[in-house]
Amino acid sequence: MVANRCQVALYVSLARWLFCVDGSENMGRYVVRRLVGAIPVFVGVIVVVFILTTVVPGDPARIMAGQRGDPETIARIRKEMGLDDPLHIQMLNFFKSAVTFNLGRSYRNNMQVSEAILSRFPATFKLAVAGMVIAVVLGMTSGIISAVKQYSVLDYTSMFVALVGISAPSFWIGLLLIWLFCVILRWVPGTGTGNGEFVYLILPAVTLGVRPAALIARMTRSSMLEVIRQDYIRTAWAKGLGARTVILKHALKNAMIPVVTIVGVETASLLSGVVLIESVFQWPGVGRLFVDALTYRDFPIIRGEVLFLAGLFIVSNLLVDLSYAIFDPRIRYD
Amino acid sequence: MSKHEMAFSSAVAKQPSAAKEPKGRSLWADGWRRLRKNRLAMLGLFIIAFMTFLAVFAPLVAPYDPIEQLIWTKGKAARLAPPSKEHWFGTDLYGRDVLSRVIYGTRISLTIAVAASVVSLVIGVTLGAVAGYYGGKIDDFISWLINVIYAFPFLLFVLSIVAFRPASLTLVYVAIGFVSWPSIARVVRGQVLSIKETEFVEAARAVGAKDFGIIFRHILPNVIAPVIVQVTLGMGSMIMTEASLTFLGFGTQPPTPSWGYMINQGREYLLSGQWWWSVFPGLAISLTVLGFNLLGDGLRDALDPRLNK
Repeated sequence: MVANRCQVALYVSLARWLFCVDGSENMGRYVVRRLVGAIPVFVGVIVVVFILTTVVPGDPARIMAGQRGDPETIARIRKEMGLDDPLHIQMLNFFKSAVTFNLGRSYRNNMQVSEAILSRFPATFKLAVAGMVIAVVLGMTSGIISAVKQYSVLDYTSMFVALVGISAPSFWIGLLLIWLFCVILRWVPGTGTGNGEFVYLILPAVTLGVRPAALIARMTRSSMLEVIRQDYIRTAWAKGLGARTVILKHALKNAMIPVVTIVGVETASLLSGVVLIESVFQWPGVGRLFVDALTYRDFPIIRGEVLFLAGLFIVSNLLVDLSYAIFDPRIRYD
Repeated sequence: MSKHEMAFSSAVAKQPSAAKEPKGRSLWADGWRRLRKNRLAMLGLFIIAFMTFLAVFAPLVAPYDPIEQLIWTKGKAARLAPPSKEHWFGTDLYGRDVLSRVIYGTRISLTIAVAASVVSLVIGVTLGAVAGYYGGKIDDFISWLINVIYAFPFLLFVLSIVAFRPASLTLVYVAIGFVSWPSIARVVRGQVLSIKETEFVEAARAVGAKDFGIIFRHILPNVIAPVIVQVTLGMGSMIMTEASLTFLGFGTQPPTPSWGYMINQGREYLLSGQWWWSVFPGLAISLTVLGFNLLGDGLRDALDPRLNK
């Protein structure tokens, strides 16, 4: 009874702390609250993944047994995989395995799903970081220049290029880059990773960066234009501050919030991009693993991939929200 | 609701907007006036009109049959022939005219854009309106559903739906529509939330209008403008998604002249110098998506009253 009372007190104080009953706020508490808030979403994700990969035509056991699998083998595989259990039992089992990320083995090479994904992830991570660095540097630079020199030739050109960058399919841009820089000019190798040399990273990273760069450029421009017209910027100019200080220190920092949002949203949608780019460049990351798994109906891998990437997506969105505070201390976590 | 009640409620509903507007200028006329001044938006509209024209009159415009393999009639010379007077965009490995295939490809892309939009509109408007109007538990549930679907990387979700099922156009647009409704539902929900508190809705309720009638007759007409913007911008990304799917080899059966699939087929030959097979379909995708993006941006500027200075 005493222990129970202690427990209740503990839970109450925990709940108070989480939901800011006393009205104060801090970042750690916000993080925990957001993570707790992500749980129902992740539960939904697990259910959807289960439905997507279970309610499909064709018997996975038959696929595993291959063309010549006799009925007995298929029946045995069905039993091993738990395919004969009622759907709600299968779903519960999937839930358990999803939460522990113990999703069984690949149908194709018998590798642990988590191992297969984690061994491929560094390559994707490298590509995504490189792509995003290119996007941020390129996008923000051209966005700032466009805003400062509004209606100049430079402005029109870079905004036109940005518009084309948003409208052209990334995989097609990738192919054009291979054609130009590898086939015609012979500057860089086309596909693969070689022995991990840097040159192999250039084309895929640029391709991946084109779309976010274009979006960042547009957002930086419009956000800067809004800020530049404000009184405090005029004051800064009037004080005789240099252009660099006014634009980079006073204006840019306040123009960053929408840009950070775009960077965050695009980092997340980069995960869709890598599926295409990795196929174009034969890049051995999670994106190609996913496409291969789809082709071979390797359901454990597909489930693992979708769960993993959706989880990554949720976490990266959280990080974006947290990063707002760095750029604008006025933003409160509540 | 009886006839005169309905007449009364719609008269009540119309009054405030009629009083505000100067004579003869509706929101739509105003929007169109602004849109017409926007040169880029007009360019977008022109591109879309042009692509629609090609799609409708493809048999008349295309110089060849898109699946006719000319190597059987014209011999090896028709295989991977570079662009020439006869074949403006060259021919592919099977001697099919790339220009004709690109022209017929507009049919697939525009069908996807329209059909998937209809699917996402039906789901998105219904769920968004219901969530915004009723609030409470229903809203919580629908908002949760929206967040769940948003948690998936878009292309991954569509791929997981399409990849294991027999390839068909219907499946592709249903899948794309099914994944893209949340953006519409969000817009509709937000608008409904604010409109349902207005006086004309209260008036409609006071005269005994049913929920269904209030939502469809009084609230939704006021939500159309932002939804149109959302749908136009969405069409571009739907076309892109379809191209991505077929580029990866899912969603279309071989002889179908789908742009993404053509790029995929031609990619090997791009490396050996036969660039036309992949380059022209890619240009077609870029141009079409550009058209929708330009028009969507223009519509947003024209129809968004907040920007109306």
